[in-house]
Amino acid sequence: MTTATATAPRRRGVAARLALGVLHRWLPLAVLVACWEAATRIAGSVFFPPPSDIVRWMHEIWFSGPVGRLFLTEQAGDAIGPSLGRMALGLAIATVAGVAVGLALGRSERAFAYLDPLVQFARVIPPPTLVPVFIVLFNLGTQMQVASIVFSAVWPILLNTADGARSVDRLQMDTAETFRLSGPDRIRYIVIPSALPKIFAGLRLALSLALILMIFSELLPGTSDGLGFELTNAQSQSDLPTVWAVIVLLGILGYLFNTILLAVERRVLGWHRGARKADA
Amino acid sequence: MLEITGLGHSYGDHHVLRDVNLTVAEKELVTIVGPSGCGKSTLLRCIAGLIAPTAGSVVLNGTAIDGVPDGLAVVFQDYSRSLMPWLTVRDNVALPLRRRGLGKGERRAEALRALRSVGLEDAAAKYPWQLSGGMQQRVSIARALAYRPSLLLMDEPFGSVDAQTREDLEDLVLRFHRDEGMTILLVTHDIDESVYLGDRVVVLARDPGRIRKELTVTLPPDRDQIATRADPAFVRLRAEVGRLVRGGAADGGAADGGPADHLASE
Ligand SMILES: Nc1ncnc2c1ncn2[C@@H]1O[C@H](COP(=O)(O)OP(=O)(O)O)[C@@H](O)[C@H]1O
Ligand SMILES: [Mg+2]
Repeated sequence: MTTATATAPRRRGVAARLALGVLHRWLPLAVLVACWEAATRIAGSVFFPPPSDIVRWMHEIWFSGPVGRLFLTEQAGDAIGPSLGRMALGLAIATVAGVAVGLALGRSERAFAYLDPLVQFARVIPPPTLVPVFIVLFNLGTQMQVASIVFSAVWPILLNTADGARSVDRLQMDTAETFRLSGPDRIRYIVIPSALPKIFAGLRLALSLALILMIFSELLPGTSDGLGFELTNAQSQSDLPTVWAVIVLLGILGYLFNTILLAVERRVLGWHRGARKADA
Repeated sequence: MLEITGLGHSYGDHHVLRDVNLTVAEKELVTIVGPSGCGKSTLLRCIAGLIAPTAGSVVLNGTAIDGVPDGLAVVFQDYSRSLMPWLTVRDNVALPLRRRGLGKGERRAEALRALRSVGLEDAAAKYPWQLSGGMQQRVSIARALAYRPSLLLMDEPFGSVDAQTREDLEDLVLRFHRDEGMTILLVTHDIDESVYLGDRVVVLARDPGRIRKELTVTLPPDRDQIATRADPAFVRLRAEVGRLVRGGAADGGAADGGPADHLASE
């Protein structure tokens, strides 16, 4: 009896705190959207449709498809699918290349001596300025677009990996050496895990860069699908609701990807947080 | 099995070790004791092949050491940094077995066996940072044991655990030494520990690090934390080692350990 009365308020306390936390998190956004809604309704400008209209329009053009296609319409298939596909491919290539070269830079003095000046030079070039070069180098369309994404996303991954690989604990390397682990085993079981927190930090940066370059490369001529194409297309037809729909969707996608990445990171780097907590 | 001849090492122009000569026989447990900074870790690193000595040679089982030799394991003092925080206890112990061409299942079974022998099979699925310091050091001992080295090097392995755990770990090492007939070279700065564990105690002097004296421990091989430490022979030995470590032994130092007057001439 006494325990029941004692735990019930506490449980309610937890629930209330949780609700309050969610509220604090989302309240500013909700207020902002409400103000936006009110302002656009009052202004009644065709250039600034109210958020509720944007959402309704997004639903109509992209998410009102058949159940079998996960409610995606054909238009969504043409716009979202290719964009995400290129972004995923670009990120995958950037990750593999960035981690591989980063490991070499971080662990090999010679690789560092040869490659570091090149890397320092290449990474400060703003990727959009290279897009014309990529247009010449690669075919217009997917190849050029993926190349643009790779070139922007690879640097944070590469530099962070190199940094992480360089700062592997000396005693851990000595341990690997005394037990005569092979080179690949050392990379796999010592260097990559200890560089992983840094690699994830690089991935988070790479993700937002990839999203930017995904859209940017689709704004260029020679594009026939993707969200960027949808954007330019809508713009040329003064189809403002679609323009806004693309903008909102990009925000949602960026948020979603970051959340997924954080969740993966939390799983993969559980040891890192635990070890840090144990240290403190 | 291990012969160290005329070994010297300097970091730049800082002479850390000079003319160290030491022979360790099969199945011996030799302790090396000396003040901190006298070059004990440097000596161990030379033997392990982690650093190349600037003078002299180390020969293990008839082969001069050049790089880390096969069949050698090291237990470092800093257990928290020598265990991999991203691997479970079991995987930490199993990791060195990759060189042995065993399958994954066999490696894990071996790791569990080694963990059982140090009383840690229940912690197999945990991560090292979830364990106490003493338990972590037992994991790194288990890792070395699972590797089945012919020579086990230990660098102040119990330097940072509490007294009770330390005694337990000392007895653990003695048990393995006796049961598995492993050759062990153990470095410590603890005078009692050097006598309690060793068949032979090597006392180092510092600046530059060199052997001051070697003492054979004339205690029965079965040691007991309470009875052995009360044994008059133990008390006498520890007093002698203590005098040697503090550099106060004018009688023994110069004659046995080589030139104590190096101190003056350096
Ligand atoms: N990597 C290094 N570079 C330069 N000096 C070192 C290095 N390692 C150790 N020393 C120096 O060598 C001496 C002996 O060190 P060490 O072998 O660690 O002694 P111990 O283990 O007996 O405490 C110390 O004076 C230390 O400062
Ligand atoms: Mg030391």
